[in-house]
Amino acid sequence: MNHGSPTADLFGLTFNLSNVLMITVASVIVFIIATLGSRKLAMKPTGMQNFMEWVMDFIKNMINSSMDWKTGGRFQLLGMTLIMYLFVSNMLGLPFAITYDHELWWKSPTADPVVTLTLAVLVLSLAHYYGIQMKGFKGYLKAYKNPMTLIEEFSNTLTLGLRLYGNIFAGEVLLGLLAGTLAMSSIWGALGAIIPTLVWQGYSIFVGAIQSFIFVTLTMVYLSHKVSSDH
Amino acid sequence: MLTSGLVLGLSISKFNGGDALFQLIMFVILLFLLKKYAFGPLMGIMTQREEHVASEINAAEASRLEASKYLEEQRELLKQSRVEASKLIENAKQQGEAQREDIIIQARTEAERLKESAKREIVQEREKAIVALREQVASLSVLIASKVIEKELSEADQEKLINHYIQEAGEER
Repeated sequence: MNHGSPTADLFGLTFNLSNVLMITVASVIVFIIATLGSRKLAMKPTGMQNFMEWVMDFIKNMINSSMDWKTGGRFQLLGMTLIMYLFVSNMLGLPFAITYDHELWWKSPTADPVVTLTLAVLVLSLAHYYGIQMKGFKGYLKAYKNPMTLIEEFSNTLTLGLRLYGNIFAGEVLLGLLAGTLAMSSIWGALGAIIPTLVWQGYSIFVGAIQSFIFVTLTMVYLSHKVSSDH
Repeated sequence: MLTSGLVLGLSISKFNGGDALFQLIMFVILLFLLKKYAFGPLMGIMTQREEHVASEINAAEASRLEASKYLEEQRELLKQSRVEASKLIENAKQQGEAQREDIIIQARTEAERLKESAKREIVQEREKAIVALREQVASLSVLIASKVIEKELSEADQEKLINHYIQEAGEER
């Protein structure tokens, strides 16, 4: 269970090569799904186009529930990319984990706090950027009359990233314990591990979907806090 | 060792700045690729469809209005033509009535005239017949008389008779 990570140092930065691999894999899968879904676009949608349009409407509803469409429409693309990327990432670690030479290569990229916090920081930075762009610097600063808001900014970023990381990482750890440790212990252990593993995998799919949904919803809420004038 | 690994995560021991950078770059690249190749066209077709639906609804509304306008127009025309037709029939009836009167009067006068002329002719013919008959009778009686007289009339009696007749004829006139 206690695997190391394949790391490499480049330009004075440390790269976790498994993260690099999994981020790439997740991005490629998302790109393939999205491109397949929007191939052969037609006025009367068929097959995958229906699915993509459903996701589109799903995101649209999420945005509409936190801000009006006139200001929120520009975030649809961000929401689409985020939810698909996060969902795919969360699912990647479920079917198997690959270790090579005691180093964990195949896992969810979102089971790493650095990755999730990067996304959280990206989202919050976008929120600040759009806040300044749409309300002007003065309007942007008005929100900080209450100094507690400053603390909120940090806690928002941290919780947004760590919530996702914690859920996915916990799921993978338990899966690793069940499938890796318990199943390898003995024949009885292997038999006993089958049902909990199945149950936990099903639950993890649910958790992965819910967490990506929550991440995007909160993204839209934070964005609306910054760009809407009525808050 | 195992528990600390579980709680803190496997890679927390050393901050992987590279991962953050890589994730950021990959996400931005993914965003732009998706915008260019997938979501952009998809959003385009969705707005296009929205516009299409809206325009179709508008067109349907417009054609419905037009149809109801035409219906009203047709109804008006029908009413108008019905009125016109009944007027025509009324006219024709009146005209027919007048014509009938005319014809009857004409026929009556014609009949009157014919009757009149026939009467006149009858009278004329009768006159003519009487005249002819009289002549006939005169000549016949003369003939008979001459036959009778030839047998037993003397010169003197004949003279007397002729004079008598002449007198008689003169009286008659």
